[in-house]
Amino acid sequence: MNSVWSLTMATLAKDIRLEWRSKDALNSMLFFSLLVVVIFVFSFDPLAEESRHIVGGLVWVAFLFAAVVALNQTWARELRNQVLDAYRVSPAPANALFLAKSLGNFIFVSVLEALMAPLFVVFYNLHVLGPAWQLVPIALLGTWALVVNGTFFAAMSLRTRNREIMLPLLLFPISIPAVIAMVAGTTAVLTGEDSAHFYIVLLLTYDVVFTTASLGLFGTVLHAE
Amino acid sequence: MSNATTSIITVSNLVKQFGRFAALRGVTAEFDAGTFHAILGDNGAGKTTLLRTLAGLAGPTRGDVSIFGKTPKEACRDIGYMAHPSLLYDEMSGMENLRYFARLYGIKGDERCAEVIRVVGLDPDLARAVGQYSQGMRQRMSLARAILHDPRVLLLDEPFSNVDVHSAREMVALLRGMRDAGKTIFVVTHQALLLDGVADEFVWMEAGQIVDRTASVERLALEGAL
Repeated sequence: MNSVWSLTMATLAKDIRLEWRSKDALNSMLFFSLLVVVIFVFSFDPLAEESRHIVGGLVWVAFLFAAVVALNQTWARELRNQVLDAYRVSPAPANALFLAKSLGNFIFVSVLEALMAPLFVVFYNLHVLGPAWQLVPIALLGTWALVVNGTFFAAMSLRTRNREIMLPLLLFPISIPAVIAMVAGTTAVLTGEDSAHFYIVLLLTYDVVFTTASLGLFGTVLHAE
Repeated sequence: MSNATTSIITVSNLVKQFGRFAALRGVTAEFDAGTFHAILGDNGAGKTTLLRTLAGLAGPTRGDVSIFGKTPKEACRDIGYMAHPSLLYDEMSGMENLRYFARLYGIKGDERCAEVIRVVGLDPDLARAVGQYSQGMRQRMSLARAILHDPRVLLLDEPFSNVDVHSAREMVALLRGMRDAGKTIFVVTHQALLLDGVADEFVWMEAGQIVDRTASVERLALEGAL
């Protein structure tokens, strides 16, 4: 366990270093999210009361699509020079690689969310009417749900010819329960009309199930030809 | 050359298919410890597939591979693999790359990384990213990565491609030293003459099969293989 954790941290540090130097994923995600914010500001009146009901969906759709960019990048850099083969021939456990990639993507998408959240608040004139603290577990659990599945399916689509197309085709349908919980939970907190407790529990259950399944299956995916 | 007491690698009736295409068609061979094998053949002969199967990167469709009595995956600590691509991160320096790969083998500290970088004739303090290396430097760094964990078997896929003659000769001298130190070395190459007088055996492959094994590169040349 110690070895898995230490290898996870080594791989995570390497990925953060690579991202810091290239900024491939963060730049693309930021650009995409900014575009979504600006386009939708012009498409409806952000000051209307209805916007509070819409923004929950808008925020998560922006982050979901932006996350796909990061998810593709995280494995693309392992394909350049076939570096992944160096990991495959080593005795390092597959789970350490999966955990590191998932944690890395979680950090990148969380940074994006932290940068974009104030913009959503300003552009859409948001005032939280429900318990604001509930947005934190919704954001953390929701982001983990996106990245853990995304990391797994991005690895699965690595060797397919059109992997950029394959990833959303695989990821979006399986993420529907999590996305519904994220959107409904966020809307519930923003409007204060409903409790988000059910959605938080749903996200937690989803995360536990899919993290366990991904960890169990990743070794087969990594060593598949 | 084969001897039951010293054979460390045994390949039995190895078949590897990619869909309907058979890259290896029943390869059977034994290889001794501390020997240097040059694997030759035309493009598509199955050289790289054989090497990837020995490395555990490609599972056999049929047949067996045994390295020190274990499967390639079980014997991974004893195998060093250098592919045609560098297997290195272009954005990191050589030392940063090796430091990361060392962790995968449980090697801590920078001493071993610096040592293998010096062994291949590079400077461990070179801060330049690998992406800015010349092809020759990249090949050397790739070799350093392959020998980092001091494996007993080295599998090298075209280590001299795009490398100038002088650097290639230096790499050959380095490999000769490793063989003399007891390593078993396999080199897939199209530059057989570079290994004349160094390799213990030239293995000629054709259409997914080993068709000739000889100690003399001249014989292959006379037969028109080279």
